[in-house]
Amino acid sequence: MPTKITADDVRQTATLARLELGDEEVARLTRELDAILGYMELLDRLDVSGVEPMTHAVSLDLPLRDDVVEALEPQLPVEVALADAPRAHDAFFEVPKIIEVGE
Amino acid sequence: MTIEGVAEIARAVRERKVSAAEVTEAYLARAAADELGCFYRLDPTARDQARAVDEKIARGEDPGLLAGVPVALKDLFVTEGLETTAGSKILEGWVPPYDGTPSRKLKAAGAVLVGKLSMDEFAMGSSNENSAYGPVRNPWDRARVPGGSSGGSAAAVAAGLVAGTLGTDTGGSIRQPAALSGVTGLKPTYGRVSRYGVVAFASSLDQVGPLGRTALDCAHLLEAIAGHDPHDATSLDRPVPNYRDACARPLGALRIGIPSEYFKDTPAAMASSVMAAVDELCKHGATKVPVELPHTSYGIAAYYIVATAEASSNLARYDGVRYGLRVDGDNLGAMYARTRAAGFGAEVKRRIMLGTYALRSGYYDAYYLRAQKVRTLIKRDFQRAFERCDVIATPTAPSTAFKLGAKIDDPLEMYLNDVYTIPCNLAGLPGMSVPCGFIEGLPAGLQLLGPPLGEETLFAVAGAFQRATDWHDKRPPR
Repeated sequence: MPTKITADDVRQTATLARLELGDEEVARLTRELDAILGYMELLDRLDVSGVEPMTHAVSLDLPLRDDVVEALEPQLPVEVALADAPRAHDAFFEVPKIIEVGE
Repeated sequence: MTIEGVAEIARAVRERKVSAAEVTEAYLARAAADELGCFYRLDPTARDQARAVDEKIARGEDPGLLAGVPVALKDLFVTEGLETTAGSKILEGWVPPYDGTPSRKLKAAGAVLVGKLSMDEFAMGSSNENSAYGPVRNPWDRARVPGGSSGGSAAAVAAGLVAGTLGTDTGGSIRQPAALSGVTGLKPTYGRVSRYGVVAFASSLDQVGPLGRTALDCAHLLEAIAGHDPHDATSLDRPVPNYRDACARPLGALRIGIPSEYFKDTPAAMASSVMAAVDELCKHGATKVPVELPHTSYGIAAYYIVATAEASSNLARYDGVRYGLRVDGDNLGAMYARTRAAGFGAEVKRRIMLGTYALRSGYYDAYYLRAQKVRTLIKRDFQRAFERCDVIATPTAPSTAFKLGAKIDDPLEMYLNDVYTIPCNLAGLPGMSVPCGFIEGLPAGLQLLGPPLGEETLFAVAGAFQRATDWHDKRPPR
């Protein structure tokens, strides 16, 4: 594991996490992440070679269902699905422009 | 009203000693007078739900296992037509168009939903101070926290504002507040209860479970909500036992495992409170067996990698498009980043950042994969221990309830409070917290851990303990 977390690490991670951070937040998170990730270096002391990663407490068979089309329950009418949207247009969620078109 | 708790109320309503409407009225009045900050909001349909239960009984129909039992739910249980925020500003105003499976099963069993309860935002916290809508006070000492993240749930049960309730437990969020608030709480085996319609935090760890005054109250609640659900592929397709009967089972020659790793750094008063509880069980036929859980000290580090990594992925859905808050931006990316900056609180941002960092390209093996392997080592520790014992007894938390504000500025210090609850989640085991005494006027919790699907054993032990002691009958000052 890497040792020292920098402000640049925090800014890059925030971009990946889709979080806008102010300078003060970047400074604080740099300190905090460094301390917390430093603590996690504890795990490096363990030899985990040959150990399988754990997924579930009880061994599960992969659940199979009949290969038929099933309606998802509850079925939401479009107007119900859109009722909580911050902005909607006709039968769609409305978002800011994604594709810039050149003049 | 002298009838208290899930089991007593359900029986009284079923036997028509009291109507669901009367019970609901009494509890709505208590909720309205809540001075602890437990309630976010009341359900305006509570009286209608109660009337429907009474009508069923009048028609001679089976009113269900939880007939007329007033419950409220941690605000991450999705409730149709009733705002659900997960304690976050980013979901403020979200009115779900459906009931999640636990909410639906509670209502189907005759429970009356009176409102929604405070929690740490997205269940991230151990003190309930991360709620975006104000903290909850511990009913035993209002200057102290109730524990978290199901802090509103535990405090509401302790103060008698609800008969019983459900919480979620990802790293101790049912058991730790149960211990700090002096109530009984159970995290079932991973997969025992469906999580469909439960706002997700860390999907390989999250589990739904009951909080109540007694093991018997919790047994009623778990029986109503457990079982397979085609909407949750991780839910276990195993029969649901009669947990109520399990509470009355004799202990027999029960072997109680005592792991030294859970006692060596515990303050003496807490350790002796827990050992006194074990000695009480030994008077009723149980015997103590020393066991070893050598990877215990790696639990917190593994947990905060797995949990934050999964949270960073689960919380990607809060982007201002389909529900909740939106803060405008010039383009889609700016809208996402500003919405999330304004909608998430400090602890949630911290965990999203940790999880995103741990999952970055090139770091997956060093963090997430390594942590998942450490989980296997922790699970093997428990497998070996359960070859020698039937149940493991530990403190639920290293300390009693701490003061509001005492740890909020030191995230790592707050995380370390989960040291005894986390390994159970990492291994996917059932774990229960049972009131076992008081230290300087504050409740202490005995944690009981069982093998996978060992809930009946936990109920038997907790039931026997509560027949022999009256810690669960102590009430905080009004």
